[in-house]
Amino acid sequence: AHDFRSRSDDSEDTELRFITCQSLWNQIKSETEQIQEDLNKQLLDNLVSFLSRSHSQFQEKMTEWTCRMKFREIPTAALVLGVNVTDHDLTFRGLSDVLQDNITPYIALLEAKDCPGIKNLMQKLMGQLMNCDIDVDSLEDEDCVQVSQNRIRCSMSSLISWYESVTKKTDSETPSKKRNSSSRHWQSPPVVVILKDMESFTTKVLQDFIVISSQHIHELPLVLIFGIATSPMIIHRLLPHSVSSLLCIELFQSLSCKEHLSTIIDKLLLTSRFPFKLGEKVLQVLINIFLYHDFSVQNFIKGFQLCIVEHFYSEPLSVLCCQLVDVKKRVYSLSHDQCENIRRLPSFRRYVEKQDSGKQIELLTNDSFLKEETEKLLEDLHVYHENYVSILRCLHVFTSSLPKYPLGKQIRELHCACLENRVWETEEYESSLQLARMLNKTDLVTMLQQCVEILMSSSGKEFDKTVEKLKEFLTQFQNLEAEASQERDVSVSSQKELQKKTDLYHLQKTLLELKESRRSKKLTKFEMLRFEVVDYIDSLVRKYLVPADDRTLHEIMYFNAATVLRGHLNAAPRTALHTALNNPHWYLKNQALKCDGGGISNKAPDICIVYKLHLECGRLINLVDWLEAFSTVVMAAEEPNADAASSDQVDDIIHARFIRAVSELELLGFIKPSKQKTDHVARLTWGGC
Amino acid sequence: MSGPEGTRSSRRSLQVKFVPDEDVLKHIADDAGTKVRKDKAQLSVSMKRLVKKLENISDNEAQEILEEKNYVAALGICAQDPVGNGSNISGGEVYSFQTPKRSSKMAELASELAQTPEQNVAPDHSKCPEKMAKTPQSSSNFMWAEIVWKCNLKKKEFVSTTPYRLRKRLAAPDPYLESESEYSASCSEEEDEEDQKEVSTVLSSQKTLGKTKAASTPPPRNSLAKKIKEEKMGNLVEEYFEAHSSSKVLTSDRTLQKLQKRRLNQQTLHDLLKKAPLAYAAEIRDLNQQHESLFSKWMLQLHLGFNIVLYGLGSKRDLLEKFRTSLLQDSVHLVVNGYFPSITVRSILNSITEEVLDHIGTFRSPLDQLEFIIKRFKEDSSLELYVLIHNLDSQMLRGERSQQILAQLSSLPSIYLIASIDHINAPLMWDQAKLSLYNWLWYETTTFSPYVEETSYENSLLVQQSGSLALSSLMHVLHSLTLNARGIFRLLAQHQLEKKDNPSYPGLSFQDFYQQCREAFLVNSELTLRAQLTEFRDHKLIRTKRGADGVEYLLIPVDGSTLTDFLEKEDEDV
Repeated sequence: AHDFRSRSDDSEDTELRFITCQSLWNQIKSETEQIQEDLNKQLLDNLVSFLSRSHSQFQEKMTEWTCRMKFREIPTAALVLGVNVTDHDLTFRGLSDVLQDNITPYIALLEAKDCPGIKNLMQKLMGQLMNCDIDVDSLEDEDCVQVSQNRIRCSMSSLISWYESVTKKTDSETPSKKRNSSSRHWQSPPVVVILKDMESFTTKVLQDFIVISSQHIHELPLVLIFGIATSPMIIHRLLPHSVSSLLCIELFQSLSCKEHLSTIIDKLLLTSRFPFKLGEKVLQVLINIFLYHDFSVQNFIKGFQLCIVEHFYSEPLSVLCCQLVDVKKRVYSLSHDQCENIRRLPSFRRYVEKQDSGKQIELLTNDSFLKEETEKLLEDLHVYHENYVSILRCLHVFTSSLPKYPLGKQIRELHCACLENRVWETEEYESSLQLARMLNKTDLVTMLQQCVEILMSSSGKEFDKTVEKLKEFLTQFQNLEAEASQERDVSVSSQKELQKKTDLYHLQKTLLELKESRRSKKLTKFEMLRFEVVDYIDSLVRKYLVPADDRTLHEIMYFNAATVLRGHLNAAPRTALHTALNNPHWYLKNQALKCDGGGISNKAPDICIVYKLHLECGRLINLVDWLEAFSTVVMAAEEPNADAASSDQVDDIIHARFIRAVSELELLGFIKPSKQKTDHVARLTWGGC
Repeated sequence: MSGPEGTRSSRRSLQVKFVPDEDVLKHIADDAGTKVRKDKAQLSVSMKRLVKKLENISDNEAQEILEEKNYVAALGICAQDPVGNGSNISGGEVYSFQTPKRSSKMAELASELAQTPEQNVAPDHSKCPEKMAKTPQSSSNFMWAEIVWKCNLKKKEFVSTTPYRLRKRLAAPDPYLESESEYSASCSEEEDEEDQKEVSTVLSSQKTLGKTKAASTPPPRNSLAKKIKEEKMGNLVEEYFEAHSSSKVLTSDRTLQKLQKRRLNQQTLHDLLKKAPLAYAAEIRDLNQQHESLFSKWMLQLHLGFNIVLYGLGSKRDLLEKFRTSLLQDSVHLVVNGYFPSITVRSILNSITEEVLDHIGTFRSPLDQLEFIIKRFKEDSSLELYVLIHNLDSQMLRGERSQQILAQLSSLPSIYLIASIDHINAPLMWDQAKLSLYNWLWYETTTFSPYVEETSYENSLLVQQSGSLALSSLMHVLHSLTLNARGIFRLLAQHQLEKKDNPSYPGLSFQDFYQQCREAFLVNSELTLRAQLTEFRDHKLIRTKRGADGVEYLLIPVDGSTLTDFLEKEDEDV
């Protein structure tokens, strides 16, 4: 907590802010973990059942097992996890926890970087297995085991003997020691070996391991789990047929990271549970980092965390960013300075300008009046958000089924569009409305039903009327069906009239009449109703999906500093260097450095001049020429009226400065010493002037 | 999407034209004048259609470009950032290939300059006595050339020094050079006046350069000009390979020795730089203050599980040092000078286990050590450690293994890492896995302060190696040895010094050395000598090499001056 307090500029409610921030983050963190767990549940359940199946056969020593034993197949689960390798750790951790609880205490997690050879692999494997053995069997003689672990020759046979002794021990112990774990595990639990990143293992190691362990499968109930980031095909590419035939592979697919992200956004952002919200640009930055850089949900959440911290750290009024129940108390305990802070908010200023003069004065001078008003506005903001989410979901129901998805397929795209500006003023919205006016009836009805469900489940109080209205539409549609059948009768009758025998004149006349009637009617009742529905949705959108920036006091709830976020998460160190070297004025606000165009002044820092000069060179740079050029520039900057004689002799100081600048460039990685020619350096970058 | 639809509808409206009978009648009855008018209208309609089509096409193109740029735009939101950390430069500028400036562009610029020649000599120039170069983009390209050219004027003995590429460009036929000859003529007058001064206009420099070049190096010019013509400022890739394929290096042959300039050693360099005033001290101080205001934020973020990495031009050592002194005084912290040439991950881990965890004992491998540290930190939640690493991207630490270990270390919740990077390719050290372990927050801290400490260990070409580092280590090791051993080493050193003028000196052969040692009563058997030499070799005091004839040669891998110093010091001691 001391960190928030230590900030110098304002001491306003820092502690409270820090506490709010922490509690909010903890809430969100546990929520995300919950989501992750829920999403993985299916996968883990499948895996557990697979493991118990493979195990039970060994347990019962049934014929099936023996027949498999003949073939020496190792039961294997191939876990396709997707490219976001960094997220896998969490999945594996959950997996090993679940297995530990349900199946077996003997789990080894192996990573390719620890196993460059089969020997290391065995070492690691045995180390992990025997350690977990200690965990289960209490810590009787840790030292002894530690020593023995180092001494045991790492071979399969020692592993088997260890396994036998362990299982025997637990067998004998189970009746005496009443222990939860042993009762949960079977008598001879399988040994699960998880290869976290199967692709990065060397094929040799993998093959050897599989062949060796398949030899011993009847003594050691081994189960393999492969973590795969690419595609299941990789197993066959890595292993020749002779080896892969030793595996009995079952494939498991984890949820794609995009779906994971959608769920996260759905549960964290599109909910009124958390008072903290992300602004449009911030969300856009986070999503872009996800889509274009790493596909990592963890990083997304990390970015979210950073947003929270930044918001509460930099915005003194964020103390009001709390649950609605606390708002009142907090608003009334605001200090005068904080009230001034509120008055300084641009959105609040806009609000004040719209009020009549009497109220304006009250708002700007009377603190308690301001507080009342603030409380009201904050409540409004909460209500707005609740409504926003529900209507957004309704709109998404419509737009997500339109051809070509003018407003985006995902709700996050729609959300971004709505936050960015008035969505009803955009072209995409226009075209999607047009498309919605062409929906067929069944689609429309199901959509309306979905909307009704969404609105019913939402906590907003204003939606009673809306729901009623929508239900009315639904009943009208049903009525239409009945009417439609009648109408069909009418048209059939007219058709029949046509079929009567008639002369040319009459035919022409009736045809004209028919045409006339069609033109005048133009819209069937269904079409009318459809228009009405779409218009109604449109009105809802206009009413509720106002961008947050237009709301008063949005600064308190919404975090909008996208630049800060981007700078911290997706930095471009090379560009910063580039700017500093090419345009030092950007950083050093000195008039002498200012210059238009792309050039730099000759009074720029030494390193900039040296850098600029080196840009003019090809692959190799002659140090003497470089020095010569540098001293010319520098002397021109320092003593414009220098006589020719002194300029002939390169000053020692300039020489030293040059040396420093060159070695700095070397440190930065622009040049390196070259042996190709004496007193030359090689450029490491190409181009760029 | 709306684009193509638009065209279709407009075309249809033109093709299917409903002409009511009345109109037709009128049309027939109408006089010729109206007919013409109507035709005209028709014409204009078709014209419009064409225009519309064109618009559509360009619209589509624009759309595509927009889509392409979507990503850039989305990420480049910071364009409106007022505080600006210089990241609003597009990647193309930074990583560009060398594109020849289009002649038309240059002509444009030149004519611009021609119209307003005063602009080049900006008003404030006349005010301040010191002249500053307000050279626009393209003119700066010639700065180098121009300077060199001037040097040539001054010192006639210099050979041409223009870099290869530039020469090529100059040799290329420049249409605007002829067309704007009047301007260049007028400029050359100016140029005479400004001979001493740095600044002169693009054209003058170019023109004169062109002349001198034409005089001095005619043969390459022709061939290169032809080449350029063929290329037509074309393929960037080809250009790259063109520049990199030719093994011939077209630079001047001047060497530093001809400059009659003594090589500075580290100490004198340091003293000289102390004399030179630091430019823009006030501005740099401002920058630093700006960064220092972030200290408390860094603390907060470190505590929340992030690690912090600092980048940007200028030494960040002082900044981190200030951070340390102002905020970390009361907590356990470790400062790692990454730029130090003999730093290793092992030494970092050792200092953690020994100094922080008070563990005595050795580890088989760094990984074991790491595991031990992780275990200890997980057991004891009260343990907290701040690790400051200057130059995380230094030679010694940039290896994959070192980075992996450091990343794992930094992922511990109670180890707070704050590091700085300088190398342009530093971010390439980290893959996704390491990045997620490091959990970086990037902070741009451009300080513009000179890298004094960081470069002092560097083997710079221009600095004479004093070897003081090697000397002190030599002395240190030698002092822990027996008198006899020191004598043996002395013998070897003396012998090497005698032969220091012989560049192909292979070393002292073992047999000769043994003879000498025996004569000096230093050893009594070959075995003792071998044992001694093994010890030397373990401390990297000597190097053995097997010659072509199978004889073992012994060599001290230190330069002559250091050896002399060493012997002098030894004499003092004795």
